[in-house]
Amino acid sequence: MSDQAMNLTLKVWRQPDSKSSGEFVTYPAKNISPDMSFLEMIDMVNEGLLQDGKDPIAFDHDCREGICGMCSMVINGIPHGKDKGTTTCQLHMRRFHDGEIIVVEPWRASAFPVLKDLVVDRSSFDRIIEAGGYISVNTGNAQDANALPIAKTKADEAFDAAACIGCGACVAACKNASAMLFVAAKVSQLSLLPQGKPEAGMRAVNMVEQMDREGFGNCTNLRECEAACPKEISTRHIARLNREYLKGALLS
Amino acid sequence: MILDGKCPTGPIEKSWDSHRFHLKLVNPANKRKFTVIVVGTGLAGASAAASLAELGYQVLNFCSSDSPRRAHSIAAQGGINAAKNYPNDGDSVYRLFYDTVKGGDFRAREANVYRLAQVSQSIIDTCVAQGVPFAREYGGMLDNRSFGGAQVSRTFYARGQTGQQLLLGAYSALMRQVKKGNVKLFTRREMLDLVLVEGRARGIIVRDLVNGKIEKFSADAVCLATGGYGNVFYLSTNAMNCNVTASWRAHKKGAFFANPCYTQIHPTCIPVSGDHQSKLTLMSESLRNDGRVWVPRQKDDKRAANEIPESERNYYLEETYPSFGNLVPRDIASRAAKKWCDDGFGVGPGKLGVYLDFKDAIGRLGEDSVKAKYGNLFQMYDKITGENPYKTPMRIFPAVHYTMGGLWVDYNLQSSIPGLFVLGEANFSDHGANRLGASALMQGLADGYFVIPYTLGGYLASGGINPVSTESPEFKDAEKSVVELTEKMLSIQGKRTVDDFHKTLGHLMWDHVGMARNKAGLEKVIKEIPALREEFWQNVKISGGKAEFNQTLEKAGRVADFLEFGELMAHDALDREESCGGHFREEHQTEDGEAERDDEKFCHVSAWEFQGVGNKHAFHKEPLTFDNVKLVTRSYK
Repeated sequence: MSDQAMNLTLKVWRQPDSKSSGEFVTYPAKNISPDMSFLEMIDMVNEGLLQDGKDPIAFDHDCREGICGMCSMVINGIPHGKDKGTTTCQLHMRRFHDGEIIVVEPWRASAFPVLKDLVVDRSSFDRIIEAGGYISVNTGNAQDANALPIAKTKADEAFDAAACIGCGACVAACKNASAMLFVAAKVSQLSLLPQGKPEAGMRAVNMVEQMDREGFGNCTNLRECEAACPKEISTRHIARLNREYLKGALLS
Repeated sequence: MILDGKCPTGPIEKSWDSHRFHLKLVNPANKRKFTVIVVGTGLAGASAAASLAELGYQVLNFCSSDSPRRAHSIAAQGGINAAKNYPNDGDSVYRLFYDTVKGGDFRAREANVYRLAQVSQSIIDTCVAQGVPFAREYGGMLDNRSFGGAQVSRTFYARGQTGQQLLLGAYSALMRQVKKGNVKLFTRREMLDLVLVEGRARGIIVRDLVNGKIEKFSADAVCLATGGYGNVFYLSTNAMNCNVTASWRAHKKGAFFANPCYTQIHPTCIPVSGDHQSKLTLMSESLRNDGRVWVPRQKDDKRAANEIPESERNYYLEETYPSFGNLVPRDIASRAAKKWCDDGFGVGPGKLGVYLDFKDAIGRLGEDSVKAKYGNLFQMYDKITGENPYKTPMRIFPAVHYTMGGLWVDYNLQSSIPGLFVLGEANFSDHGANRLGASALMQGLADGYFVIPYTLGGYLASGGINPVSTESPEFKDAEKSVVELTEKMLSIQGKRTVDDFHKTLGHLMWDHVGMARNKAGLEKVIKEIPALREEFWQNVKISGGKAEFNQTLEKAGRVADFLEFGELMAHDALDREESCGGHFREEHQTEDGEAERDDEKFCHVSAWEFQGVGNKHAFHKEPLTFDNVKLVTRSYK
């Protein structure tokens, strides 16, 4: 593998905490194997920093298989990097070339304050779900699962929306830092299913209101969110959110 | 000491109902007077927190991630078992119970497993009601598929992301209770100690991972749902932040640790590509429904997979185990892969891999249909390896995946510390020595939705829980010891990084406490781990301070605990002079290399009591009796 090893230059956003201002710091990343994931490359840079007695780069990560939604880096201006349908942890170094300069930043949005370096606070997403991103049913209330047939096409479409991992790339990609795609994914999933219909309108209104309170911007209709979404969630769900919101607002 | 699992007696079909009836109840108006701490927000933690809050208890729920939705249950791919018998293929509660006891190689409690099979049906109903988008047939009914160790199709799934969808269901139920004010959520908090008052679990000490502040919380009972310890091996399919710390610190306060040597090595993972590797990626067991496992018949075959003709391929699982074929349980599939690779038939770099081939399935069903079933898994494989599994077979190799061992609990899920309950993968209870595929999701949700809401009430209603304050000496002492431990670690300023220690420990564990174990290897590990631990405490290098966001410090605490835990695991493996399920002792195998149990001497749970770091643990035995399923040698041939 060593004959394919690359030497890269990283320009990484460093910021000690939410109150301090940050800056880009340049680090060499030497002898990088193309089989490494992007995060393994950062691991290696961090091991070097630790050996030199320096503070390693803080970044969120956990499952490293593209499902937990924890990793959150803007790589060369694109959330999760340039590969389509990919999280940062799934991005591999074979997608870069020797000598490349890579700029790494945190998600940037006022509703996602930076906690340290590349780590941001996404608790605003939890509060949006808290406002109504559920079906109001208690454990133990349920009828038999097959008592409610759901057309396969509906179930599949609900699944497409439910695939959202809550990473926030949609917000990071949007120049208005709008959370419309995130909100739409949940509203759409639950309003497509018969179980979610009784409170569909109210859910949309409550979640949108919370989104506004958190300081997310308005939809630009430019669909950058869809392009950046690692789960390739379609903006068609935003259209459904708008319909549910209207219904909810009119009927309330 | 002989441990009592407090299993109900009488006919097993009635045991859970009658046990529930005899548990004391807390009056609805009194429930709000009780506070319950739930640590963890995975399937077990989130479902427990939500359902306890629905009942009216005040719940404090903690997680180490930035959101409860990121717990590692999210990564489970394949599915969840339930004895619904929707396909009309002969499934029943009894058959799911039987398969699970047999799959666990007769090292689980019958009563627990029966209860698990019983509540499995309600789990599916509950999840559908929450809006979990399970796969459906064109008629609108739920679809099922098969998993290892079963001859019926009872696995419900949501593409290759079943864990994600179930967790998001539990998370939504949890957030609904947060909105109602019944659950207080504490994210980016790591539990660093359990506090005992008058011999009962009454609180926890946590570190706020953002600012480093040490906080104290008190409650009437504590539930741990903090997952498994697979990361003791460094490389595993677990998420990077999975750790044994919460369980281990509770263990050091008196909770017994049961069967730590039972670890599950999953047969279908993407092989290791180099030293830089930080974790391993699972390819769901569901792939074995349609993928065929093979190695070349010729040793060191250098040809590409597609150039090897059919007659020169050894479909070893189908040949050795004709009735279960590619769907044998995980422990058997993993050992078979290891055996063929050890014998020189492995494929890919380092010869540590076997093929999982979809050529026949694509020919039979068409590429589109295979894509609809497994698309995300194929894409995941492509991203990691740079190879297209539609064109060339996947290469797979076993990797550490799940841990059946855990804190000892009785039938009520209560540990050996009164008031400390343990749920999900963190406990040891239901899977015996080997967990069947699609049963982890079932157990996590069973514990959280349908067991703890009853059994915890029974404990709280029994009285004797006096008021406590976080200003009491017990809390202050625990806080002090946490602060001192942190300061001690930071003051070392040695030369080796935390990751370097973790990797060294992981190699030791994988080589000697991994897929195959023997006396000499285990004794070697038991000698080397204390030395490594000692070096850690003299030579570890941690940057930064305690009162800040410090990921190196977090990791150091976890690795310090793995360095103690690994030794216990090896001791347990050495003590258990038999092979069963995921625990394979080379000294104990049949002539054709299958696991050989010793029911005379080892038909029991080994529960270990902490006696101080470096001291031998005290041994407690819980005998296992099998009144319903006859103890036999497992055969999948």
